[in-house]
Amino acid sequence: MCTVCGCAEGEVQVEGHDHSGGKTHNHDHGHSHHGHEHDYGQGPAGAHAPGMSQSRMVQIEEDILGKNNQYAAANRRWFNERGILALNLVSSPGSGKTTLLTRTIEDLKAEMALSVIEGDQQTANDAERIRSTGVKALQINTGKGCHLDGHMVGHALETLQPESGSVLFIENVGNLVCPAAFDLGEAHKVAILSVTEGEDKPIKYPDMFHAADLVLLNKIDLLPHLQFDVEQCIEYARRVNPGIKVLKVSATSGEGMPLWYQWLRATQQMTAVGL
Amino acid sequence: MHEMSLCEGVLQVLEEHSRSQGFDRVTAVFLEIGGLSGVEPEAMRFCFDAVTRGTLAERAALEIEHVPGQAWCMQCATTVQVNQRFDQCPDCDSYQLQVTGGDEMRIRELEVE
Repeated sequence: MCTVCGCAEGEVQVEGHDHSGGKTHNHDHGHSHHGHEHDYGQGPAGAHAPGMSQSRMVQIEEDILGKNNQYAAANRRWFNERGILALNLVSSPGSGKTTLLTRTIEDLKAEMALSVIEGDQQTANDAERIRSTGVKALQINTGKGCHLDGHMVGHALETLQPESGSVLFIENVGNLVCPAAFDLGEAHKVAILSVTEGEDKPIKYPDMFHAADLVLLNKIDLLPHLQFDVEQCIEYARRVNPGIKVLKVSATSGEGMPLWYQWLRATQQMTAVGL
Repeated sequence: MHEMSLCEGVLQVLEEHSRSQGFDRVTAVFLEIGGLSGVEPEAMRFCFDAVTRGTLAERAALEIEHVPGQAWCMQCATTVQVNQRFDQCPDCDSYQLQVTGGDEMRIRELEVE
């Protein structure tokens, strides 16, 4: 059985949703009906009326993402118990996410414990890139899937076993659409947007920028060669999410990276005191 | 966006309820989809048919109720209707809106046999 989510076949789920036999009331009163028979019908509705079929309505009122949210909540509890800061890194393909991550690891691995979960449709190339920095990394291949979900991350944690008080980076599949809806149990979503993309990405993919708390505007060393309007881009991001924070960085030249490290240190300290 | 995984999520919920509430077939599924949930109802229908093939919900009707997006305008101090997350307030043109509704994706009820 999975120790994080208890997902093995037939196991009771986190919120105890096992109502087996719930609606079929079996009243065995042990008294006789003095020789006459009541026909309650044989169908599942347990009722019998001429001209009526046995179909019935079942009220569910359940969130479609409810299952994922349960797994995510379990992951979040797991992180909180261990004081682990988990960050969900999201971006389009080619924004420089893995380069930014390897640089971050090289610069910070001496001062804090780090580990990485890599999500890609195929190949373990990214996890190998991370492992070559000497930090623990685990690859999840989603196959046809376009995003990581709470369940996959729960299983990855069992194998990866990040240390208490560490920072865990979860590099999501490069995609600005689907990962927005799937909570993994992270403390923050960090969106990485590079200036080689359009400045209107925040309003083209509003769900992602709405869900993110921090934007790293990457590759700013290339700005002199581009038409990218930084202020316009930030203004678009604030339209979708008035509280969003933006840091301008370049993972190649190192410009602005100290600001991101400062944000990481401060956020990790908040996690350590349980905030 | 990820309608395929959403439909698989719906099917999982149906299968769980069929065990707990004792039904073998689902003939209709009623969903509530918010205008800001990022779900495309047409894609949802397409995927639903594909995902439910050969299951307890094969050929079940899919009814999708659209819930309009709602936001609180901080300038007007009132609830307004929006179609996108980055919409302006229709009254004062401010962008200081806090989305308050219309991002739900829920299974409301089922018709079962």
